[in-house]
This record gives sequence, C-alpha cells and structure tokens, in this order.
Amino acid sequence: MVPERPNPDELLARVKEEDHKRTRGRLKVFFGSAPGVGKTYAMLEDARLRKKAGVDVVAGYVATHGRKETEVLLEGLELLPRRQTAYRNTLLEEFDLDAALARRPALLLVDELAHTNAPGSRHVKRWQDVLELVDAGIDVYTTLNVQHLDSLNDVVTQITSVVVRETIPDSVLDQADEIELVDLPVNELLHRMEDGKVYIPDQAQRAMQNFFRQGNLIALREMALRRTADRVDAQMRDYRHSHAIQPTWPVTERLIVCIGPSPYSARLIRATKRMADRLDAEWIVAFVETPDYASLPQEVRDRVLAALRLAEQLGAETVTLQGSQVAEAVLRYARAKNVSKIVIGKQAGPLWKRILHGSILDKLIEGSGDIEIYAISGDVSAPLMALGATRGQSPGWKEYALAAAIVALCTAFSTALRSILTPTNLVMIYLLGVVAVAMRTSRRVAFFSSVLSVAAFDFFCIPPYLTFVVSDYEYLVTFAGMLTVSMIVASLTVRIRLQTEYATDRAARTQALYRLTKELSGESRAFEAARIATGITKEVFGAEVVIFLPEDGRISFRRRTTDRLPIPMSEEAIAQWVFDHGQSAGRGMDTLPGASALYVPLKVSQRVVGVMAVLDGTEKIAASPEQRYLLEIFASQTAAAMERAAAAAKAREAEVRIKTEQMRSSLLSAVSHDLRTPMASITGAATSLLSQGEHLDAATRQDLLESIADEAERLNCLVNNLLEMTRLESGSVEVRREWHPLEEIIGAALNRVERSFRGRPVETRLPADLPLVAVDDVLLEQVFINLLENAAKYTPAASPIEIEARPERAEVVVEVMDRGPGFAEGEQTRVFEKFYRGKAEGVRGAGLGLAICQAIVTAHAGTIEAANREGGGAVMRLRIPIGGTPPAADPALEAEAQ
Amino acid sequence: MSDPVRPEILVIEDDAQIRRFLRAALIAEQYRYHEALTAQEGLAQTAARQPDLVLLDLGLPDRDGLEVIRNIRGWSRVPIVVLSARGQEKDKIQALDEGADDYVSKPFAVGELLARIRAALRRSAPAGGQAAGTVFRTGEIEVDLDKRLVLVQGKEVHLTPIEYRLLQTLIRHAGKVLTQRQLLSEVWGPNHTEEAQYLRVYMAQLRRKLESEPARPRRLLTEPGVGYRLLAE
Repeated sequence: MVPERPNPDELLARVKEEDHKRTRGRLKVFFGSAPGVGKTYAMLEDARLRKKAGVDVVAGYVATHGRKETEVLLEGLELLPRRQTAYRNTLLEEFDLDAALARRPALLLVDELAHTNAPGSRHVKRWQDVLELVDAGIDVYTTLNVQHLDSLNDVVTQITSVVVRETIPDSVLDQADEIELVDLPVNELLHRMEDGKVYIPDQAQRAMQNFFRQGNLIALREMALRRTADRVDAQMRDYRHSHAIQPTWPVTERLIVCIGPSPYSARLIRATKRMADRLDAEWIVAFVETPDYASLPQEVRDRVLAALRLAEQLGAETVTLQGSQVAEAVLRYARAKNVSKIVIGKQAGPLWKRILHGSILDKLIEGSGDIEIYAISGDVSAPLMALGATRGQSPGWKEYALAAAIVALCTAFSTALRSILTPTNLVMIYLLGVVAVAMRTSRRVAFFSSVLSVAAFDFFCIPPYLTFVVSDYEYLVTFAGMLTVSMIVASLTVRIRLQTEYATDRAARTQALYRLTKELSGESRAFEAARIATGITKEVFGAEVVIFLPEDGRISFRRRTTDRLPIPMSEEAIAQWVFDHGQSAGRGMDTLPGASALYVPLKVSQRVVGVMAVLDGTEKIAASPEQRYLLEIFASQTAAAMERAAAAAKAREAEVRIKTEQMRSSLLSAVSHDLRTPMASITGAATSLLSQGEHLDAATRQDLLESIADEAERLNCLVNNLLEMTRLESGSVEVRREWHPLEEIIGAALNRVERSFRGRPVETRLPADLPLVAVDDVLLEQVFINLLENAAKYTPAASPIEIEARPERAEVVVEVMDRGPGFAEGEQTRVFEKFYRGKAEGVRGAGLGLAICQAIVTAHAGTIEAANREGGGAVMRLRIPIGGTPPAADPALEAEAQ
Repeated sequence: MSDPVRPEILVIEDDAQIRRFLRAALIAEQYRYHEALTAQEGLAQTAARQPDLVLLDLGLPDRDGLEVIRNIRGWSRVPIVVLSARGQEKDKIQALDEGADDYVSKPFAVGELLARIRAALRRSAPAGGQAAGTVFRTGEIEVDLDKRLVLVQGKEVHLTPIEYRLLQTLIRHAGKVLTQRQLLSEVWGPNHTEEAQYLRVYMAQLRRKLESEPARPRRLLTEPGVGYRLLAE
C-alpha cells in the first residue's frame, strides 16, 4: 500500500511554520487550574536545570508572593531589574520589556502571563510583551491559569460566579511550543490553602474564597486537564499528519456561527470556538446585515463589531453577509463554503414575534438539508460579557424638553381651532407633532411625546375642558386609536430616519473608499500614492494624517507626506515599533496608549511599507469599530497602492536598464562597423601610396588620395555625430535660445554642406516677413546640416533640394524636401530611432543624424516629422515655436548711429 | 612668391602628427617655418623671432591658449590664427575677443588653412588695407568708402546709416571673423555689446540688400555661435 503523502501546500506551510519557530524563541507555558498549584515553583525548577546545563537564564519577572520554597529556587538566578512607574501616588513595579530585549538572555522567566501592565507600559497586557520577546528570538517560560483563557472565560464565570477580567486570547496558548500542566489534586490544594501556602491578594479575599470552593476547583481542574489533553490530541494529529500515518485525508469540517446584535453573541462565539477546537474544524463567524440593522442604536452596532473582533482574536474567519432574511443568507453562504454545521443561539425574542415572523432557527432547520444545525442557549441569568464597553446613552433632558415644547405648540393650535374643528381632526395636529419629534429624537422620546399628546388632547380638546374627565366614553376609543397610531408612526419615523442616516453614512464610506481606490489606481510613484492617501484619509476622518515611509529599512519622520510634522520627534520610535511589528499602536490602542497619535501600519501581505499616523480624531475612531475598520481598509489600500507603485518603478528601472543595454550593443555594432570601414580604406590607400607610390600612375595616386580625404571626412562626421548624440543624451547641452533670423541659420548650414553638395540645385523659399525665432543657432544649424546631408545622401546627385518656411500662428514651419525615393511604409517614424539607417544602396552612416535632429528640436519644444511628398520624394517638416514676441530693428539705435 | 622676404610662421602645437603635416604644407608654400611644443616655448619664440604670423593650438599641455593670446597681445600685433576643436564655439569667441585674428576648426583641410593664413597676412601687411585705395570690391559688391557709395552688380543700393557702418566695419576686417561683441562695440559703441538680436536684424537686412540670394549668402557669411565674416576676394 502506498502511504498517502500530505498535501504539498500543507507541507510547505508546516516547513514555514517550523522555520518561523526556529528563528523565534520558544514559548513554554506552565499551565495550571488555579492559583497555588505550584506553577511558579515548577517553572523555577525547570529553569534551574536549564541553567545547570549552561543556558543563559534570567528571571524577568517572578512573583514569589513571599513563599519561602519559591524564593529559595530564585537564588542564583540573575534577576532583571524591574521598571518602576509612579501611578497615582503609588510606585508600581513592572516587568521591564526593553531591558529584557536589551539583555537578550537565552531563556527568560516571565510569571503571570495574563497580567495587565501598569499604565504607561508599551503594551496593555503582559502576553503582548511575551510575544514580542518570543518574536525577538528569546525563549520564554511563563505561567497561566485556566480561568484566564478567553474561550473558557464565560464557562468559568458560570461555574464560579467570579468574573475574571484578565484574559488572554487562546491563540497565545496555541502558539506555545510547549505546555506543561502543573496539576495538584483538589484536596491537596485545599490543604495548602489552609496552611497559608496559597497567596491571595487582600482585596480579592472574599471573591477568592468563593472561588476556592471544592466544586469550583474540581471543575477548573477538569477544564485545565481537558485543555491540555485537547492540545496533546492536536499534536498527535499533527504528528500523524506530517508523517502520513493517517491513511486518508481528513475532510476538514467547517462550522459557521451566526451572530446577531444580542449581547450573548460573545458567548456563542466562545462556545463555537470550543466546538471547533474539539472537531479540529475551521470556523466562520457570520453576521447578517439586514435592513433593520440600520435602525439599531450605535451601541448595539458596536456590540456586533466588537463580537466580530473577538471572533477574529479567537482565530475565526469573520464575514458580514447582506440579506433581508437571516436564515436565507446564512444558508446560501454555508452552501457556498461547504459548511457542515451551523451554530445559532436560541432566540430570546418575544414569543409573538417568533410566531408572527417564524424564528430564524425554524427557517434554518427547514432549509438546512444535510447541514447540521446546533442551537445554543443564551442563559439570561448568567452575567453578560461586557462587549463594546459603551452603554447606550439615555436621551438627555433637552430631547424631552423639545418633545414637550412641540406637544405644547400642538396644544396651542388645537385649543385655538377646537371651536372650528371636530376633536378627531385635532388628533391630526398632534400626530404631526409626534412625527416632528420622531424626526429629531430617539424612539423613547417619541413614545413619550405620543403619551403626552394623548394626555394633552384629553385635557385641552375634549369637553369638558381642563380636566381629564371625558363626557363621552366614545372618546376612549379615540384615545386608544390616537395612542396606537402615534406610537406606530413615531416608531416608523425613527426607524426610517435611522435607516436613512445609516445608509448615508454607509454611502459616504463606500464613496470615500471608492475615491481612494480610484485616485490611487493610476499612481505609479509610491510617495505620490502616500500623499494622495494622506489627503483623502484626512478629509474622510476629519483628522490630521501623516504617512511615514521607511528609509534604509527604518521608518523615518523625515520621509513624510506633509510639510509640517505634527508629532513630537520622540515618537519616531513608536512608528518604528509599528513598522517592525505590523501592529497598530498609540492613542486609543492597547499598545502605547499614551502616544499623541494613533499609528497604523501600511501592510501588504505581511510586509509593512509605511506607517500612517492619525491625530485629533483618534478618540472618535477608536470608539467606533466601524471607523476603525474603515481606517484599516484605508491603510491596506494605501499600502497596496504603494507596493504596486514600487513594483512599477522597479519594472521601469529594469526596462531602462534593458534599453540602455540594447543601446550599448547597437552602438557597439554600429560604431565598430562604421569606424572600421573608413579606417580600412584610409589605411589601405595610405599604405599603397607609401609602398607602391612610384609605380602608380598619377590618376591612381590622385584617386587614392581623394579616397583618404573622403574617408577621413566621413570618419569625422561619424565621430561628431556620436559625440553630439552623447552630449545631447547626457543632458549636458545647454540650449541657448536667442533671437535669430532663420534665413541666417539656413544660410550658414547651406554654406557648410556646399562641398558635399557639389553644385546640386537648392531652392530656398523664405518669405521676407518670416519672424525671428528664439533658438540656439549652433544646434539648429546642426539640424539643417543633418537634414540637408541626409537629403543629398538618399537622392540622385543632380536631384534638387528645396527649403521652405512659413509662419503658422506661434510656430515657424520649415520643410526640407527632395525628389528622391521617399520613405517606405512605416519608415517615417523609424528614421528618428537611433542607429536606424535607410535602405538605400551605398549609403553609409551611423544612423544618428535624424535622432540628433529630433533631440535638438525636442529641446526647443518643437516637433519634427518625416513624410512622403506629393509627386514623389521625402519631406522633413520642423515645427519650431517662435518663443515670444521677436524684437524689431530699433529706430532709437538707428538714430544713435547717425 | 615674388616677395623677397618670405613670411615667417611660428606654429605652437604639441601634437607631433599635426606639426608633421603643417610643416610639410607650410614649407611647400614657401613660408619660413618654426615650431614650439609648449605655450612657454611659444611665447619665448614669439618674442625672440618676431614672426609674421602665429598658428596657435588652444589645447596646449602647459597653459591655456587664451592666456597665450592675451600675453602676446600685451606687446605685439602679430596676426594669430587659432586651431580649435569643432563644437567649442565659446572658446573661439573668447579667442577672437582676446585678439586672435581667425580660427580654423580641427579637423581642417590644408587648403582652407592656407587661405586663412594668406588673408591674415594680407590684412597685417603695412601696404594693404588702408593704402589699397578707397574702393573695396568683393564679388558683385563694390563700395566706395570715400563717397559712401554701395553698388551691387553696378547698381546703387541705399543703406541706412547703421547698415553702412556695419558694412564699413566688416570691410575694415575683411576676411576675418568678427564676434558679435566686436561688431556691436564698433558699430553701436561699447555699451551695446549685449544686444545681439539687433545686430542679427541689421545683418539680415544688409544681406537682403547686398546678396542676390540672401538664404545662400556668398560674401556676408555667418559663423553660427561665433560671429560674421565678410569674404574678401
């Protein structure tokens, strides 16, 4: 039987993981069920063994809580000095992360992984310190109790009724390379307690006594054992997997948990996490954004986003689905993702609603087919997780005052009109008032105004007036109708308003994102992209924004997108930290909250290309998960654009290099041939004159001499062209534009080609009113010389050449025309390429003449084109900008000369 | 050559190959030939021999050629013809402004060089220029300097005062290149040396009046970037 080999992708991932682990330090967690089981003791014992083996061990932070036997173990170990910070008149001692990083021991002991750091520390939590140490390549030993695990937190709370505030994400424990379970039977632990060997802080005394009940300890021990067993299980599976022991591929299970705005969502997420862990399944947390979502108050929406963030922390994939029906949307997504199990909370909504609309659970079960549905109860009696810490603000007195004022206004109208209108019509005035209130305030205030309206209506508009007594009991029906209608109207109005606001908000976000993407898409320079992103981010978030770019691998405050630096220079280190770790930090974040700005990494597939600093609006951003999410998207979009630009720049560079390379090789081939041929002729002619001069007749001698002179001239021409081209390309040529009559330059050029033209007919048609042009005469003469020589070279000896010029608006157009063979199809543009040569017989040259012309004309902001003439022949057409208002002969000068 | 005393020419040039053909060409033309390899030696020989003409290479190893011109002009009016590379218009202008009489761009044909040497010698000859009378003739152009009369193909042409002074100046230095600065200074005065565009306008007008085909001038030649030259017969 051929053993099944693991999927290559997985193998690769495993290799990478192991590589990563090798460069990282190793994390070992001494894991226990409760305080007092001896975790610190076990850790120190292990550390001593390692030290004996020659390992560089340093105790970074060890809490002995005054226990003698623990203190004895600490002896002989190097202790890292603690960092002292003053906080509200007390001196706090804290683990010194920077000192540890600077000391860089092979093994560092850091007790109490779940500890919350003193304010002013770099990270809010100690586990963040530990991860940074491990990332820096330092091995770390640490201790942890089971109740601090995020996913078990609610269960612990349920069992022990003690709310544990210090939690760590499960992923931290999962990242540990080794977990050592420190176990102590419950009875022994209780004995130790009685002996006073378990440290309990004074302030927690009562709660802790509650905690240390036998039943609780048993449950906690079981949890710790199970958690460790789960891990052993997973390791075993991993091992089997990597060694291809399993005969078949396990079908990965996928779970999806569907959460809503309910406060129990967090519990649902944790439960699913445990379930997924046991099944070793992937899990997805889905939230369905129904149209109703918009009308939910901000704090509820925050709760949803907080729940999604929690899920991400616990290692879930999160997704937000759109749809009017929750069940339908979830099922559709589940099918697409090949999900095997759907987890949903048992609904606590009112019975009538469930009967009326049908519960989501029923609908899920109905449409689930082969997908299993798990319903988990939301236990109302258990303490709720505080998610999205902000509680909804109750409407202020101002809103109530507004409602009362509007009702008073309605009453004023109604009393004025009560003699004309029947009471039932007066109801309309009040309804209008309620709508007005609902347009501006919350649902609660709108309901208040409804009740107030009914009361006012009764008091002022129903006879007998100014009393709540009614003469006709039929009015009771009116009251009931009025109350119901006004409440429904109020409720709907509020809902529509909130929906509109949300839709506007959402549209604005989409718009902003669209704008960012669009403006960044065309940008091919990284710095420019960052600058554009800075501008848009600033506008959208109403905050001061700066993007910093790295310089030689370090973030630099000097390379920034704004002129002014709104942040103290000292915070460059924070930006550097964010750049190194790829995590946000600063104001409003868990890491370095004391900074003056929020620093967000611009990250593209694990690579950080810059750091975005946000000032001013940070509180608003930090408070609203939606804003934070949007900012994260902005950052990633910007990073992607910058990365793209950098890649484009690299491609451009490569292209230039290739072109240069091509240039060089064509230059070499052209030059070597063109230099050698005349050289050979000269050498040949000269040596034959030298050796056989006397035997040659006069005509032959003359012929050879002429050949030497001609070839030398050709060589001269070639070298001149090469030098000229090099000069032009290197940019060292300065174009000195002065006012010149074109006639003069053309005249000079004709003079220079006189010899090679040998009496060829040249016709010039230059109108007398041709304006002066601002040109560099030496360069332009070169253009005409090249054009004329070219024309002569490619046409029969006696064929005429014509030069014509005419002003055209702000340009002068000059045409050099011949009656030769003209250009072949497609040759018109190619002739300006360097080293391109016409195909005519016996024509020699480097193919640089026209390239030089083009370079010179372009330097004058003009154009040059080649075309075929009507009636045969070629025409080279120059367009040169006149370059301003030409001077005229100055009569004053004329007078002066008299 | 009927002249009893043949003109003496000093060549200041460091390149042996160039000296080699210059020597051959000049001796073939019956000139008395001397050579110097450095600026130092050139200056010493100029002072010692008092040659009739100095042929100076601008790119000498020990000293800038311009300095040599300046030095010689401090004590002698001997005609200096400069040898320079093409494309270095600035050097040429400077050399001319410093007092060089003419220049020839390398590489050059020997015929052209000899023509320039002849023209320079003619200008400096004590019996030439002034004494040649008051009528100057070149090609179809005839100028009676006494009567201020300009004839082209025998027909009188009317010139404005500035045009005439321009022509007068060119005739005075006939055959020699005049830089724009020199022309401006002589025609308009030393305060107008920067107004080259006016000079070009007047030159263009003059060409239209004197040349039958102004775009292919035969006598009033332009040396782009340097200046103008009136070709003498």
